[in-house]
Amino acid sequence: MWLRKGGCAVYDLMIIGAGPAGMTAAIYASRKRMNLVVVSENVGGQTLWTDCVENYPGFTCIKGSDLVSKFEEHIKSFGIKMEYGRVERLSVLEQGFRAEIEGGKTIDAKTCVIASGKSPRTLGVPGEKEFLARGVAYCATCDAPLFAGLNVAVVGGGNSGVGAAIQLMQICPKVYLIESEAVLKADEILQDKMRAGGNVEVLTYTMPVEIIGDTFVTGFKVRNTKTQEERILDVQGVFVEIGLEPNSAFAADILNLNDKKEIPVNCRAETGIPGLFAAGDVTDVPAKQIIVAAGNGANAAIGAYDYLLRHK
Amino acid sequence: MVQCIGLRVIKEQEVNMMPDKKVIIYSTPTCPYCHQVKSYLTEKGVPFEDKNVADDIEARNEMMQKSSGLSVPVIDIDGTIVVGFNRPKIDELLSL
Repeated sequence: MWLRKGGCAVYDLMIIGAGPAGMTAAIYASRKRMNLVVVSENVGGQTLWTDCVENYPGFTCIKGSDLVSKFEEHIKSFGIKMEYGRVERLSVLEQGFRAEIEGGKTIDAKTCVIASGKSPRTLGVPGEKEFLARGVAYCATCDAPLFAGLNVAVVGGGNSGVGAAIQLMQICPKVYLIESEAVLKADEILQDKMRAGGNVEVLTYTMPVEIIGDTFVTGFKVRNTKTQEERILDVQGVFVEIGLEPNSAFAADILNLNDKKEIPVNCRAETGIPGLFAAGDVTDVPAKQIIVAAGNGANAAIGAYDYLLRHK
Repeated sequence: MVQCIGLRVIKEQEVNMMPDKKVIIYSTPTCPYCHQVKSYLTEKGVPFEDKNVADDIEARNEMMQKSSGLSVPVIDIDGTIVVGFNRPKIDELLSL
């Protein structure tokens, strides 16, 4: 391992993210005997939230969390170094890259693969941050059972929003579904299932205004965009299901992100900055799929290895 | 060689003498992060009590009181509360 002045370690490769893209990149790089580190807040990314993965070869149906365990087991067999934490900033050094991690730690590496995936999009209304985990939730799979017996609202009329409403209507007396457009975008089959519950009230043309509470959420102010009328829904929970956005902000200073905040890459997973690669859902790859992310990760690790060979 | 063996014996004795910290995990059966934290502690040989807050209202209230939150997993390590699967924090508290 190279050491910088002052004794800081410099890795051959730093992989940011430990979803399918990051973990596959780590497997490929380990087999090339690269000295690498994986920096991530969690292991598994979005795959963890998937109930049944039916399109990953070798498994007719596997729980997302079980697939992640298998990936994790695989990378553990190589003894790969993991650093747990959120990358706040990535910068380009004279030779390589530096990641600043939440809490003040920094990591330097000669090459880098960004595989940081996506996170739930936020509402951006007052009260949302203050009541995070105090009634505001982004993972219905995780937190829905905690709201048994309480009234809740779900924001978002797509498949994930209606899916969350279906899950919640079975344990909550009243569920509001908030949709900004005229109609819900969820598949009809899901909408039928939701309507059959009888306790979900759909509010279309409705925008969130503010989440209200003391220690926990006590109400949700919404506005009808046609009448401009505002009302406060009597709920103790607000589930946000309005899609995902790429975790790319930490690299926004050094890369030109596209209008979706994705990192544009070419077929070699190159970002345009020599030695910096990107893979998976954080990139502009059209198909956001586990298998595609894994393939991108392999591609990026091979790219980083070739880059180091050429620049030795 | 003798020194090495000696050191190892002392270390094991020290470990055996360390009182176990009481660990309670508040979880739901569907939460993948809950499964991850339980697998992690099992792998590290840390015993814990698992409270399913989806079924046990009393446990849910206990968790809400301890964490001032409605989100799982919540890990109580000898009275110190960790919300979410925060590996560095858990490692620090349990000296893993």
